[in-house]
Amino acid sequence: MSNKIASPSLPISLAVIALGTAFAILFLGAENEYLIGSLLVFVTLAVVASSKFNILNRMYATFAVHEVLMQAAIVVATLLLVAWFYDDHFSLLMITAAMVYAIAAIGLNIQFGYAGVLNFAGAAFLGIGCYTSAVLGQYTNLPSMLILCLGGLVAAVIGTILILPVLRTSGHYAALVTIAFSILFKTFLEVNDVLGGPQGLNVKPTVLFGWNFNTNIEIRDEFEASFYLCYALLALFLLALAFIFTRRLERSWIGLSMDSIRLDETASACYGLNIALWKSVAFTFGNFLIGVAGAMYGQMLGYVAPSNFTFGDSLILVSIVLLGGIGNPWGVITAASIVILLPEKFQIIQEYRFLLYGIVVIFILLYRPKGLLPRQLRNYLPGGMKA
Amino acid sequence: MNRSSDLLLDCQGLTRHFGGLVALDGLDLQVREGEILGLIGPNGSGKTTMFNVVTGIYGAHGGRVEFDGNDLTNATAQQVYRSGIVRTFQRSRMCLELSVFDNIMVGNHRRLNHGLWFNLFKRGAFADQYKKNYAEAHELIEIFDPPLAERLDFPVDTFPMIDRRRIEICRALISHPKLLLLDEPSAGMTHDETMQLMDDILTVRKRLSGLTIIIIEHEMGVIERITDHCVVLNFGRKICEGTFKKVSTDSNVQEAYLGVE
Repeated sequence: MSNKIASPSLPISLAVIALGTAFAILFLGAENEYLIGSLLVFVTLAVVASSKFNILNRMYATFAVHEVLMQAAIVVATLLLVAWFYDDHFSLLMITAAMVYAIAAIGLNIQFGYAGVLNFAGAAFLGIGCYTSAVLGQYTNLPSMLILCLGGLVAAVIGTILILPVLRTSGHYAALVTIAFSILFKTFLEVNDVLGGPQGLNVKPTVLFGWNFNTNIEIRDEFEASFYLCYALLALFLLALAFIFTRRLERSWIGLSMDSIRLDETASACYGLNIALWKSVAFTFGNFLIGVAGAMYGQMLGYVAPSNFTFGDSLILVSIVLLGGIGNPWGVITAASIVILLPEKFQIIQEYRFLLYGIVVIFILLYRPKGLLPRQLRNYLPGGMKA
Repeated sequence: MNRSSDLLLDCQGLTRHFGGLVALDGLDLQVREGEILGLIGPNGSGKTTMFNVVTGIYGAHGGRVEFDGNDLTNATAQQVYRSGIVRTFQRSRMCLELSVFDNIMVGNHRRLNHGLWFNLFKRGAFADQYKKNYAEAHELIEIFDPPLAERLDFPVDTFPMIDRRRIEICRALISHPKLLLLDEPSAGMTHDETMQLMDDILTVRKRLSGLTIIIIEHEMGVIERITDHCVVLNFGRKICEGTFKKVSTDSNVQEAYLGVE
């Protein structure tokens, strides 16, 4: 939790957000690898330059004072980005996938970043959400939004069978329990015919107020937008909800209890904190968010198969939290964008994706153990309010 | 001397072993309300184990613990805290990356509302509770060190040892406990710092009338200065009891510390 003194500056912070948006538009729109390569060189230089001018700390300071305004600016920037690519299927799919992973990583962050519960089965819970979406869509007529909630609930409920072994073990052993679950889950799906076996299942698209999300938006013959636009807006909405949820959780006595348990279980117990309770709550909330993300992802992709939810995918989720900054939802969102978008645009590294993630995690742990955007001290009240 | 009338903590025959090692061997210990009891003895004589058994970190293998009329034998650490016993640790156990206020609030757990609905959705009421507790933490730490009270929003790892001890004692006292267990508060501090901290503790005690303290300490100057009564342990047994003056001249105590000639 860095605490360097820096003066807030609204113009600089808004300019950084604007530049970031412009960069994202250029990056997502870039067609050839040379352009993408030079953009990456540019962003590296920009990051080095901004650290020279203490830009990051000034942005943190600005967030502390103008929190609502800054958050609104980022939402507007995302809307602009989505609007820019209104008819580009691929870019919208990428943006939405990044947001879905960000929701899941926020869930993982509650478990791992707050309460210190390791979960290497993130992809399995994402899969549970997806499969819930597929099965409920096929056999029932429930509204899509309810299915999203149920996807989260089913993930949370199935997660409870892991709570006991996770609570009774600690550290590496708890991690092993979740790794085992992740492998069991994939194997179960592959041999289970009811859930489609290795081929998987089709998932019905999202329907809201009678509008099927899988239809392109056409206004007369002049205007046509990609159907992914709806999914992108839905993902943004869900991400905003997940963000508000995790922020309120962090800025409460519950968030404090979770932090205390992560940092020192014995001292926490001596001050009456119920360690098992708060770990279970964090684990369940986290799985719920991951499940909702999975249910939405399934509806967007239209199909679900076991091979999407391997142990490797769980590692990607964990590396997002490590890269972004353990405990900081903004960091997690930034990291999700990097981890999802970079390999898709930079096809050369697509094959070596996992190798790259491995290297990134090692570098982060060595040189920036608190992540790209380290978590700040807790502010119980939003931006600028003092006790 | 009537020692049973206003007993706060009463341990009878407390026993605890670790494998073949007997750390506590039928220890009887009584603490009266409002007194400061010094718990002394050579290294490994069972002082910290006694704290750990009373606070529920270790279970007892025999004996009884009664506190304020309630049976706390083999109670969990959480039950012990709720009944009004708090402690500090020999190796100061703070959440170093959290702020001073956060750390103090961990100690206030039993007086804070941990309901999900309250914390997530009733943010206005939460803000009120936060402000009230912030003021209270400020007031408490001001007794120790006024400059420290102005730095409640700094992470604990930016403070020297004496301030960390002060913060740790504030964490223990914020919930208005009845009994405070201090495990070697002078560890890691200079002689002058220790004396300063003891003055602070005596000042706070005057403000919080009725606070009872058990202190484990190796610095005899501290024990002499602040305790009303001392208990000397050796090999998990009580070998002597009385005022510091009395125990310091006792031949058993001298033998335990220095060996027999």
